[in-house]
Amino acid sequence: MTPAEIRDEILDILDNIAPDDDLSNLKDEIPFRDQMELDSMDFLDIVMELRKRYRVQIPEEDYPQLASMQSTCTYLAPRMLDLERIAR
Amino acid sequence: MIAGVAPRDLPDHQRVVITGLGLTSPNGNTWEAYREGLLTGRSGVREYEIRYIGQTLAGVCDFDPLKYQSRKESRRGTRAGGIAIYCARGAVEHSGIDWDNTDRSRVGIYIGVTEHGNVETENEIYEIKGYDYDTAYWSHHHNPRTVANNPAGEVALSLGVVGPHYTIGAACAAGNAGIIQGVQMLRLGDCDLALAGGVSESIHTFGIFAGFKSQGALAVHTDPTRASRPFDMDRNGIVVSEGGCLFVLERLSDARARKAQIYGEILGYAMNTDATDFVLPNPDRQAECMGLALRRAHLAPSDIDIVSTHATGTASGDSQECIALRKVFDGSGGTRFNNTKSFIGHTMGAAGALELAGNLASFQDRTCHATINVDVLDPDCALPGLILNEPQELSHANTILNNSFGMLGINSVVIVGRYT
Repeated sequence: MTPAEIRDEILDILDNIAPDDDLSNLKDEIPFRDQMELDSMDFLDIVMELRKRYRVQIPEEDYPQLASMQSTCTYLAPRMLDLERIAR
Repeated sequence: MIAGVAPRDLPDHQRVVITGLGLTSPNGNTWEAYREGLLTGRSGVREYEIRYIGQTLAGVCDFDPLKYQSRKESRRGTRAGGIAIYCARGAVEHSGIDWDNTDRSRVGIYIGVTEHGNVETENEIYEIKGYDYDTAYWSHHHNPRTVANNPAGEVALSLGVVGPHYTIGAACAAGNAGIIQGVQMLRLGDCDLALAGGVSESIHTFGIFAGFKSQGALAVHTDPTRASRPFDMDRNGIVVSEGGCLFVLERLSDARARKAQIYGEILGYAMNTDATDFVLPNPDRQAECMGLALRRAHLAPSDIDIVSTHATGTASGDSQECIALRKVFDGSGGTRFNNTKSFIGHTMGAAGALELAGNLASFQDRTCHATINVDVLDPDCALPGLILNEPQELSHANTILNNSFGMLGINSVVIVGRYT
């Protein structure tokens, strides 16, 4: 997956997690929590959705890497390079 | 209740009154719509499909979950929580209380449930089946969604209530049990306002349908609206339904101080236990429960205008309740009997509260709604005052006795009177 594809996937996940938020103006370099109402359970939703969709495993110590869109894409790019979404 | 003192002779701070209610029923999402459905014979039962069971019948609510919740809140919580929030916030609005200036530490939330957690557990097991039962895919939402206090806790979050909140697990007696808990906590001074009643999300768990089916107690009928037919010769079981009803309960002194409209007064209640069987009812204990509630209310059976029966449409349960009713009400010529499940099915943990709410409107319209779907009355259920198929206008409607019984032999009775 390209970083752009990863970004689209994260946006889709965020749209499910925070359906009341307008994500069109999301700033990639600013932490999600500074732009959206996200709590720890929501972050776990991101981790779980990535696991379900791509079988990508994110260890707990790496959770801080998911703070912003930019850091998330940077972190996931090498890990999802050869991954495709699993059809369910 | 204080022994020896009639409820209406108690001081105002010991008298508990209903000052509001919110509900969702398979045939109405407001008290007015629900009552109109009960008086016009509108059923809330429809065809329904659920995993592993396939096509069946159920009472399904169509309230707008986004009326009081954001989409995120609705997604985060449970169906029972969403129902409870809809009912609680509707009840607060209906009560007319100045909520912004209400001390939230003095509000108690007491919600009866038949069961809670089965829906989410079934969903998670179904989900991880797609991952070879790898529990790494089990949701972190499972525990907060399945803790037994969930529906009450979701109400507390939604309304900012910081007083006590919990559910009361009481099988299908739970709606009455929630009300009774609210009354007791008000009398103990544990809260100043109680949100009390019951909710059910049970139609979203296939297990409850499968269990009743295995028990030979799941209703089937070619016409869904005719499937729930307590007291009819051809009744063949329960229609499982979802729903909820929460009352605002206050001490009479508080209600009068804020000039609240009072819809009824809790005059008596009782709970007891059969201790004889897991599922089969015991009419002796049911009769004793009604008798205890009547004694506490300082009322004779003939003082009761309407008995809201529990009957669910099973062969045994209906006739056993009628044995109990005859024991208590033999000779009470003016007492009328009806059954609300014939319209909406069995709303499980909500049943006691919803069925009371359906009848509570009779204090205003002086009409007893009927038991519908009785084509041929079972002689074992032929109570003298049973209102069949069409509502009946009454010369007066001042007292309701509300029965609600459940598995493991749990019995509950609430008696409500017109406030005078």
